[in-house]
Amino acid sequence: MDYLYYPGCSSKGNGIAYEESLKAVFDALDVRMDELPDWNCCGATSYMSVDEWKAVALAARNLGLAERQADGKDGVDMIAACSACYLGLIRAQRYITDYPELGKQVTAGLEAVGISFKNRVRIRHPLDVLMNDIGTERIASRVKHKLAGMKVACYYGCQIVRPYATFDDQQSPVMMDRLMAAIGAETVNWPLKTRCCGGSLSGTVPETGLRLSFILLKEAKKRGADVVATACPLCQFNLECNQGEMRRLFGESLDLPVVYFTQLMGLAFGLPSRALGIQRLFIPLPAHLLSRVQEGGRNVRV
Amino acid sequence: MSGFNSSTNGHPPRIGVFICHCGTNIAGKVNVPEVVEFARTLPFVAVAKEYKYMCSDPGQEMIKHDIQQYGLTRLLVAACSPHIHEETFRKVASEASINPFLFQMVNIRELVSWVTEDGHEATEKAKAMIRAAAKRVLFHDELEPKKYPVKPGVVVVGGGIAGIHAALVMADAGERVYLVEREPSIGGHMAMFDKTFPTLDCAACILTPKMTTVRRHPNITVLSYSEVVEVSGFVGNFKVKVKKKPRYVVEEKCVGCYECIEACVFKEPRFPNEFDLGLGKRKPIYVPFPQAVPPVPMIDPETCIQFRTGKCPKGCVNACGDRDGIDFDQKDEIVELEVGGIIVATGFDTFDASRLPYYGYGIYPNVYTGLEVERLLNASGPTGGEVLLRNGQKPQSVGIIHCVGSRDENTNRWCSRVCCMYSLKLAHLMKERTGAEVYNFYIDIRAPGKGYEEFYDRLLQEGVHFIRGKVAEVSDWAMTPDEENRLVIRVEDTLIGMVRRIPVDMVILSVGLEPQRDAQEVTKLFNISCSTGNWFMERHPKLAPVSTMSAGIYLAGACQGPKDIPDTVAQAGAAAAEVLALTHKSVIEVEPNTAFIDERYCSGCQICVGLCPYSAIYYDEEKKVAVLNEPLCLGCGVCAAACPSGAAQQHLFQDEQLYAEIEGALVGVG
Amino acid sequence: MVQQPHQRRIKYQAELDSDFGRQIAAMPGGEKVYSCIQCGACSGICPMSIYMDYSPRRIIAMIRAGMKNDALRSQTVWLCASCYACSVICPRQIKITDLMYALKQRAIQEGAYPKRFPIPVLAREFFQTVQRDGRTSEGRLIARVYLRTNPWRLLKQASLGYRLLRHGRMSMRRESIRSREELQTLLRSVG
Ligand SMILES: Cc1cc2nc3c(=O)[nH]c(=O)nc-3n(C[C@H](O)[C@H](O)[C@H](O)COP(=O)(O)OP(=O)(O)OC[C@H]3O[C@@H](n4cnc5c(N)ncnc54)[C@H](O)[C@@H]3O)c2cc1C
Ligand code: SF4
Ligand code: SF4
Repeated sequence: MDYLYYPGCSSKGNGIAYEESLKAVFDALDVRMDELPDWNCCGATSYMSVDEWKAVALAARNLGLAERQADGKDGVDMIAACSACYLGLIRAQRYITDYPELGKQVTAGLEAVGISFKNRVRIRHPLDVLMNDIGTERIASRVKHKLAGMKVACYYGCQIVRPYATFDDQQSPVMMDRLMAAIGAETVNWPLKTRCCGGSLSGTVPETGLRLSFILLKEAKKRGADVVATACPLCQFNLECNQGEMRRLFGESLDLPVVYFTQLMGLAFGLPSRALGIQRLFIPLPAHLLSRVQEGGRNVRV
Repeated sequence: MSGFNSSTNGHPPRIGVFICHCGTNIAGKVNVPEVVEFARTLPFVAVAKEYKYMCSDPGQEMIKHDIQQYGLTRLLVAACSPHIHEETFRKVASEASINPFLFQMVNIRELVSWVTEDGHEATEKAKAMIRAAAKRVLFHDELEPKKYPVKPGVVVVGGGIAGIHAALVMADAGERVYLVEREPSIGGHMAMFDKTFPTLDCAACILTPKMTTVRRHPNITVLSYSEVVEVSGFVGNFKVKVKKKPRYVVEEKCVGCYECIEACVFKEPRFPNEFDLGLGKRKPIYVPFPQAVPPVPMIDPETCIQFRTGKCPKGCVNACGDRDGIDFDQKDEIVELEVGGIIVATGFDTFDASRLPYYGYGIYPNVYTGLEVERLLNASGPTGGEVLLRNGQKPQSVGIIHCVGSRDENTNRWCSRVCCMYSLKLAHLMKERTGAEVYNFYIDIRAPGKGYEEFYDRLLQEGVHFIRGKVAEVSDWAMTPDEENRLVIRVEDTLIGMVRRIPVDMVILSVGLEPQRDAQEVTKLFNISCSTGNWFMERHPKLAPVSTMSAGIYLAGACQGPKDIPDTVAQAGAAAAEVLALTHKSVIEVEPNTAFIDERYCSGCQICVGLCPYSAIYYDEEKKVAVLNEPLCLGCGVCAAACPSGAAQQHLFQDEQLYAEIEGALVGVG
Repeated sequence: MVQQPHQRRIKYQAELDSDFGRQIAAMPGGEKVYSCIQCGACSGICPMSIYMDYSPRRIIAMIRAGMKNDALRSQTVWLCASCYACSVICPRQIKITDLMYALKQRAIQEGAYPKRFPIPVLAREFFQTVQRDGRTSEGRLIARVYLRTNPWRLLKQASLGYRLLRHGRMSMRRESIRSREELQTLLRSVG
């Protein structure tokens, strides 16, 4: 095993294509990723407002289970792809160290159910692993179809660099832009790449939540983006699936495809689009984009 | 062991313990009467007393009186830091005819009452420290302070307004001054400005005359494009090595006609001028700005064709002709100076705005720093004083963002003190020169100097907009048609309680002041210390603001902390006066904390000989022991620490004194 | 907010809870409320502040002033999107987002949150599902929340739900973990 993998609840529902494409891409790169056995919900955001300590305990159970998989090694790297899970797990680790009283209770609670816990797991985002462990060279060498001429707006969203900037700049992250460049795509200069998409507010107060997504998309389009690349199931859902509702509310139709960055990688690697969950997109990638893809300097259609 | 009866003629020693309340500073936490009772129980203590302010005249008189009355032979005062009052009480001792080194000071304020939460713990700690000192003082010897003659002359490091002013004051008083400046010209930051707040006098008009006076002054030697590389010696007797970097134009031969610059094969200036922060251009041979002192050009080997290819027609050399001022083979030159005192006046650096990507510096061309705008406004700057954006147009609206990099735990914690005022100055000048709408975004307006509040009022009357709020973001993301193609400032107007978006053509970032990037190295060079944030530390924030912990080395200007020109000049004058007070003495007394070597225990291993940084120890081949040349010893203590046989010892820090102190402190522990 | 001529805007000291600031400061995220310099950077960067009745900066001022009722009843905390933009820009490194969580918890405890605001309901549903199954399935969760708060919206969302189902992006299956009892024991032992 190279990495443990924490899927998170949305990977079984709305975010299924993220998981599909992530696995396909890692397979193609020969990097092994094993799902954490019997993982539970990470305790992310809305749950926190009810009881923070219980939320930390939820996250900590996953961390404890991960340590069990460490095979006596000193630590283990666990990939969390969903931004909320990624942050939820890291945040639990920090809370456990920053608030000793909480830490003691959680550790004791885990021990009582037979899970030993030393707070030793390294939570990694796929972008971090791809850029810092695997590296652009290895990625570029795997590219079959350069995504030439495809203008990508990289959308990082909030929670992978904030508040804990573990692998990229907090205010102007660049990892995804570099990754897209490595697979031959162009990236657009877009000052909103870390501005919030509305998160769960798009469901609870849609008029405001959706407006945030709408502003992002509109600006990306204005700057010539053909597609928005995301790194989180909730961002992807907000930006893509709500475009119909946005049209109704704000009277403007955007029709901007929104994909996972891993889906673009998969396309560049020449993987079958079904394996990448491309068919699950509400707004399909337009044919003219796919026909610009290049293989050995010639345009090919994928 | 020298034992503790060296000065008591066979009689048992008699210690007096005097404990100070320091108002409520100590007595507010430490139970002083209890400590006095305790002190009375210690061996050889003849009297123990408390007093509200021991350093006051009545306090000192009480000690003197008791020394006589009780026939005291050792003195112990428990009060504040020895930095503050050790000298005071040593004087008391000698006035009452006890050798001043038979005295020990115990710091129960900084080390106890100020740093201990619990009153009981504080009291116990004070007792332990007094018990330790009462043991230690038994082993003190009578010593005499060492006396040295003071050399004349002063080195001033840094030729900004601080260094310039200090140099002039001292030179006028007849002192020999060496002004060391690492840039090609003196003048510092002030030389970059067009006008200065709050009176808006022209910076050049008030600075240039001072710079020329410095150059002409018979008592001042300017060492420009030079750096101090080594400092040795001690107060009154410093040796300073200065490296003069090659400027490839011989200062002594140059007459300042600048014909060489005219004649350079580059007809037009093409390379970014460092002094203009890259906004203006220069040739490979250049003077950084017209009023530079010394008025001697220099050649930049990076861009000079002769240096790069060896095949230049050398217009410069031809133009200089018989004067023969150009020398492509110039090398580093080391100058050695011997002086009595040193003033460090190395100034500040500005905050690097690209550290805050959300303000767009380095991303959007029309985002400038305040210092860059000073150059744009300067009549002899790259645009001749006209404010033009990088696209050649005049801005119609300008946003000035205060506190960039200051008052922020993510960058610098301190208030940079001058930015509010220079922001107001820039606001005024921008409005005057361009007629633009000017918006100032501030967190708090800090205008506490003389005439400063009035200047703020003037700006309000002039119709400059003041919006209270720390700007959250500068971007080129437009929401409305009038925002298109402009920079949009997003801020909460905290007084109105609403978020506002204000489109402007130009953003000025009022970058804060920071210590020079090499501040750490400079402190090591001069053996001075830093306060938090790397500003150079003064000996005492109120009572010794221009001295350092190293005697004979003084501070002036913004290297000690952010300050404006009036404060800088005042401080530079103060530093000059303090140095003069030193160099005008014929002899200076220093602590007798030198080493000594007890021949009886020396095994002749010579470890100390190699270690002594001042070469004060040599090996006596005949006696086969190490011998100390005391006048050379500076009391660093390296030999005493390294000696395996205990032969090398240091006065005031002898093993037996330290052991006694430790024993005393640890009574009853574990 | 249009002010009526007969409405008074004034706070009497007696209406305040002088201990409120200290209580919040004792909660995770609240540690540094007393360091705030009221610069407004948080509220300037906050994408939601323009919809809030009080900006995050004002909430902090209110906490310190002891305006407990106003702070807990405000919409602000429920409109926070947890994007952490404020937390990383704050010059005093105040964890404003975490502070918002602290206030949410207090509001729920005291039953003081704005009525008919679905977020507390969502949170409670979420809590119950996770407590029981260890995982959530978005489809079921959202359906239940809307049934409780706004059945009309559920109808409107039905077409979206249908599209998600058709694209294989929503399952109505109940997801759950194996060691449910273990998890329940753990959750009971903490808090
Ligand atoms: C944009 C801006 C505008 C300002 N406007 C005003 C104003 O209008 N009015 C006002 O009162 N104040 C103003 N100030 C503040 C003013 O700049 C300072 O008060 C003043 O420059 C401090 O002088 P100084 O000599 O201490 O430091 P500096 O001006 O920084 O001079 C230090 C000198 O030391 C040299 N140096 C540094 N290190 C070494 C070394 N190791 N060896 C040798 N030399 C060295 C430097 O090259 C420099 O020449 C402004 C500041 C800024 C940033
Ligand atoms: S950014 Fe921080 S200091 Fe400024 S108002 Fe907000 S909480 Fe207070
Ligand atoms: S975390 Fe909440 S309060 Fe802070 S900026 Fe984001 S939405 Fe606003």
